[in-house]
Amino acid sequence: MAIHPPSQRVWWNEPIEKDEIVWIAVAFLWGLVMFGMMVYWHIEGRQNLSTQAYRIDPALFEQRTEAFAAKFKVRDEGESGIPVAKPPPGTDVYMLSRLWQWWPVLELEKGQSYKLHLSSLDWQHGFSLQPVNINIQVHPGVQHVLTITPTETGVFSVVCNEFCGIGHHTMVGRIHVVDSSRAPTAPVLR
Amino acid sequence: MTIAVDTGVIGGIAARFRTCPASGLKIDLAAERLIKANAVAAIVFLAVGGLFGLLVALTRWQAIHLLPADLFYLVLTAHGLDVLLVWIIFFEMAVLYFASAVLLNCRLAAPKIAWLGFALMMIGAVLANVTVLQGESSVMFTSYPPMKAAPNFYLSLIVFAVGALLGCFVFLGTLVVAKEEKTYEGSIPLVTFGALTACIIAIFTIASGAIILIPTWLWAIGYISEINSVMYKLVWWAMGHSSQQINVSAHVSIWYLIIAVLLGAKPLSEKVSRTAFVLYILFLQLASAHHMLVEPGVSAEWRVFNTSYFMYMAVLGSMIHGMTVPGAVEAAQRKNGYTRGAFEWLRKAPWGNPAFAGMFLSLVLFGFLGGISGVVLGTEQINIMLHNTLYVPGHFHATVVAGTTLAFMAATYLLVPLIFQRQIMFPTLARWQPYLFAIGVAGISLFMMGAGTLGVARRHWDIGFSDAALSFKYPATAFLMLGLNGLSAILASVGGALFVVIVVASVLFGKRVDASNVVESLGPMPKKQLTDAVSSYGNAGTWKLPGTYILVSVFFTAFVLYYFVNWKYLAQLWPMR
Repeated sequence: MAIHPPSQRVWWNEPIEKDEIVWIAVAFLWGLVMFGMMVYWHIEGRQNLSTQAYRIDPALFEQRTEAFAAKFKVRDEGESGIPVAKPPPGTDVYMLSRLWQWWPVLELEKGQSYKLHLSSLDWQHGFSLQPVNINIQVHPGVQHVLTITPTETGVFSVVCNEFCGIGHHTMVGRIHVVDSSRAPTAPVLR
Repeated sequence: MTIAVDTGVIGGIAARFRTCPASGLKIDLAAERLIKANAVAAIVFLAVGGLFGLLVALTRWQAIHLLPADLFYLVLTAHGLDVLLVWIIFFEMAVLYFASAVLLNCRLAAPKIAWLGFALMMIGAVLANVTVLQGESSVMFTSYPPMKAAPNFYLSLIVFAVGALLGCFVFLGTLVVAKEEKTYEGSIPLVTFGALTACIIAIFTIASGAIILIPTWLWAIGYISEINSVMYKLVWWAMGHSSQQINVSAHVSIWYLIIAVLLGAKPLSEKVSRTAFVLYILFLQLASAHHMLVEPGVSAEWRVFNTSYFMYMAVLGSMIHGMTVPGAVEAAQRKNGYTRGAFEWLRKAPWGNPAFAGMFLSLVLFGFLGGISGVVLGTEQINIMLHNTLYVPGHFHATVVAGTTLAFMAATYLLVPLIFQRQIMFPTLARWQPYLFAIGVAGISLFMMGAGTLGVARRHWDIGFSDAALSFKYPATAFLMLGLNGLSAILASVGGALFVVIVVASVLFGKRVDASNVVESLGPMPKKQLTDAVSSYGNAGTWKLPGTYILVSVFFTAFVLYYFVNWKYLAQLWPMR
């Protein structure tokens, strides 16, 4: 029994029954398949997390984001007083997180690619794009650069999904995706 | 009860023993007192932490929305601490002492050190609760910097961990004593081997905890200016996730223990089961990567290699136990005479015995809900859809609550008659308790996972976002999921409360167990129909195991289908690179 020492003193020489070996082989091969899937997706898949990241002083990131918002501001988002920035396709886009805001609001074009720069000015936050359901951790002092391509138009929300204090549940940002103003042949970054 | 005094070889220390009327093993009275103390402490914190959990679920149920935001985050922090850490580690100390001193027929090494460890753990646990309840440390169990808790928050965890480390050393010392004093023949039993696995992982875990918590504590009191937030997560989770692997090793050992005591089950193959435990030791430590899959500053190669535990070698370990445990049950039951069809052995298993029912439900829920969801969640790219959503607590409630906690509850139904020497009171309630708890926890896991796939954030007070400047609402189905989660939590709480009441009442007022009634005190057992095996299967000595093959085939099919369904969902996301 499992509560007694093995009945055969030299238990490591006992043969293993065939059925057990079959299951072990199946489980092992399945592990290789799952491992291979992740590697395959890096080659063929279109949803991979960018590994482009830089150390950055939060104050500098704030400056850059403010310059970006001022340059591309098209309007304010409703009564909120938060600017809406509409950058040209293919360019660098900034969104900062701080207690308890995603700033600014972005307006992107469907089918176009953008280089999204994410960082935090204070604590960690969680970039959770809804209802698309893309979730990325945002750290202070680290600038994460991702290339994203919206595939549908509409109003999307950025929820914070990393606990960041008492106002955490009020931290909502927004991304508008509109139809492309360019010719549909515009190059899509991949 | 007979009390014998034995003098050991090493250092000639005298220990007092009694003889267990069920197994004939000598039980060191010092070990017995320590097992009792640790088990009682564990169950007290389970009750407290479980209550906090109910409050969390009732707040997330949007129609009830019980607590205000500040209290919600406070209670959520305390819930994580008390159940994920305190309840489980206290109980694991009891398991370590049981698997060493009792199963090896040996005296416990250095019981005074073990008591010091117990005291430190108790001080740490109480200090942690007090600190969190003071309200300045609502930082969640994970306490990610730069968010800062009161210094005592980190200090309490350090003190608790030092206590647990002492317990690990006492366990290892007992193994040495047993070998030197030749209290057993050959190799240590499989259950002790599993406990040793848990102990080795625990030492790695505690070392990682020290490496990160000591500097973080110094940071909280002002001696260090900055803690790197990415580095913190990497090292903290070498503690946080590896500590869950202590649980896996411990509860798998308990599965083997319970089926051995109740059914006389033998491992199908000592070699296979032990190798599976070794795979845990070698590869489970890489799981810190599961928390780094959507972080900036980590390379893709690092993520793929580590998140898969080096090509899923640790998952292989669990899949092996997932076959050998039901296989051992089937082999034992067939040997007991339940040979008709593929499943007579399972139908006629002692389902009325809460120890068996709890063990088997733990096995099934851990495998189907916890195991499959864990692998999917830990797949590098799929994690983009699930990171920090309610899917994460959905997954780990299936592993830690349905898996570990239920297995520990099941073990308690044997611990009370064998170690506390009391009969279980309210046997009818005890009979239903594992089912109630299991159904409740399965609901909690499934509905949280459901809400998570809809994108609902974990650790979030208001999914209606009523105070937000920019409005947003999750889909109506998400609200339904959290309502059902609340109902499941009530069910699980009733099951949990029943457990606490039954155990406390039995320990205080249960009928004494002695040689005359010890077997019946273990609860309903299967009736033996045959006494001798006709043919032999490995160590287990019985026929082939068709029922187990069907069970693992169903499991494997579910696993493969669910895995690829998630890749299909992922392919629909916005392209990103």
